[in-house]
Amino acid sequence: MTAQPTSLSEIQRAMADAVLQPLTADDSMQATGARGERMEQVAASFIAPNMRLTAFERLEIYNRQYWFRVLDSFAEDFAALRTILGSHAFHRLSVAYLTTHPSRSFTLRNLGAHLVAWLIANPQFAGRRHALAVDAARMEWAFVEAFDNAEHPPLTSDQIAKLDASSRLALQPHVQLLALAYPADNLVLELHRRDERQAGEAGLNHDNAELPPARLPQFRRRSTWVAAHRVDNSVYYLRLRREEYLTLAAIRQGHALADALEAGFIGSPLPVSRRPSYVRQWFARWAELEWICAPPLESFITS
Amino acid sequence: MSGNRFNAWSNHGIGIGLRIPHYAHIFSRKPVVDWFEIISENFMVDGGRPLAVLDQILERYRVVQHGVSMYFGSVTAPDPEHLRRLKTLVRRTGTPWLSDHLCWGSVDGTYTHDLLPLPYTWEAVERTAERVRIVQDYLEIPVAVENVSSYAAFTASEMTEWEFLTEVVERADCGILLDVNNIYVSSVNHEFDPMEYVNAVPAQRVAQLHIAGHSRYEKYILDTHDHPVIDPVWQLYARAIQRCGPTPTLLEWDDRIPSFDEVHAEAKKAERYLLDYAAQAEEVTA
Repeated sequence: MTAQPTSLSEIQRAMADAVLQPLTADDSMQATGARGERMEQVAASFIAPNMRLTAFERLEIYNRQYWFRVLDSFAEDFAALRTILGSHAFHRLSVAYLTTHPSRSFTLRNLGAHLVAWLIANPQFAGRRHALAVDAARMEWAFVEAFDNAEHPPLTSDQIAKLDASSRLALQPHVQLLALAYPADNLVLELHRRDERQAGEAGLNHDNAELPPARLPQFRRRSTWVAAHRVDNSVYYLRLRREEYLTLAAIRQGHALADALEAGFIGSPLPVSRRPSYVRQWFARWAELEWICAPPLESFITS
Repeated sequence: MSGNRFNAWSNHGIGIGLRIPHYAHIFSRKPVVDWFEIISENFMVDGGRPLAVLDQILERYRVVQHGVSMYFGSVTAPDPEHLRRLKTLVRRTGTPWLSDHLCWGSVDGTYTHDLLPLPYTWEAVERTAERVRIVQDYLEIPVAVENVSSYAAFTASEMTEWEFLTEVVERADCGILLDVNNIYVSSVNHEFDPMEYVNAVPAQRVAQLHIAGHSRYEKYILDTHDHPVIDPVWQLYARAIQRCGPTPTLLEWDDRIPSFDEVHAEAKKAERYLLDYAAQAEEVTA
């Protein structure tokens, strides 16, 4: 016997439990809930039927709407990952991920925030292409962040010229640093182009089309460092040297400039004599791209 | 247009929703549109293209904000980060009033991103009105609550939807965004007379009207915003205008979006009803 929810909070929790429960393979509401309860009885405990629809069918409309909406939004954000895995495996992954990490934000923009960490911990959802799938997820989440994160006033060339070893800097919030297992940046961009072309030419709604895993060019694992960043409101990916990536990562972590540069060259095969010229080139590029800004005031407050 | 305190005495006429497929047309052709309604959540970001587009729109057009995730009826407290971002956007757009839905959609910090119906109970009236008051006080502009389309009714309900709406807005002292398409959709799904609903709404509190299309299935109607407005909905709109007077009106078209001109032409059909109202008012005066 299902207890009847009566208060507003009981009704909302009962309905949310039902709505967030994954659909069956044919997109229906499951007959039994997570605790083995019969959903027909659960629905009837707080939903009124009408002449055309049972309580179960009425609740099912919301269950379906929820999953269609979040799956569509998720597929839009991770189109390359979907192409790499194929639509069937991607659907399994999406449902499993969104069941573990339902939206905790007022905006669907943040739906994929935990995907990279979740996918690393759950390799069974990507099979043989796991490392590549993690790279694709990293790239695509970086796009979301680079697209609309803040851009603060950059340091001017004059200000950059006055920096010393103890200076602490910050990176623009839209700059996203990526350490990839594969040179996956070009592949992801090519898959995005292919996806857009197919959608445009065939009038396909990519969310509904059945796709096998894409045939991919042969390419070997090779550590690759990339920055996703924004210029004139468009997102670009830029290859970095390992040393540049490590230096930028240390700057982002709040290290003083000398420490950040030291961190950047740990294990570097670059001859010490050539390092200053690399550093000058990096700073020139960072200044041109306006990546460097002042750290937030609160970072100077120590307890 | 005659304004009231729930839409900041605005003279907004007929507007349409600002949607991405229309950006190129709007920026290149600069069409005459009285105002655009934006979905607040699409612009509650820290930078990038969304805000650049919004600033360009604001240079030429009036904008009114419409939200989809404030969830006035949710039992858990509003997210402070959501409120902070919303207020920042309100300052940016200068929206004279702001609307969101009379529904719930999140519980214990988990969001469904849907407009879930409320049980029409006295407890829901109290909680919802309190939350509307909190949001309205924080934002410092008039707030209007929109009736939603619904597909389920609750065994716990103690009143009709229009009685519930009236109780909430009276207690919160807020406005109404009356969506006549939602009334029609719910009237079919719940088998009530939609005209009874329109006739019962406290007309003096209506800040704005929504019109839209929907999709009919075998056993129910879904509020899909992907079709032109049907005649029975125009009839409800005509009655709403009779009762409320000329009121800022917005056509929603969110899926399978046709050309800008097609959407705008559909919205402009509302003018006929506004002109009818003006003619009748003149007759009465004469």
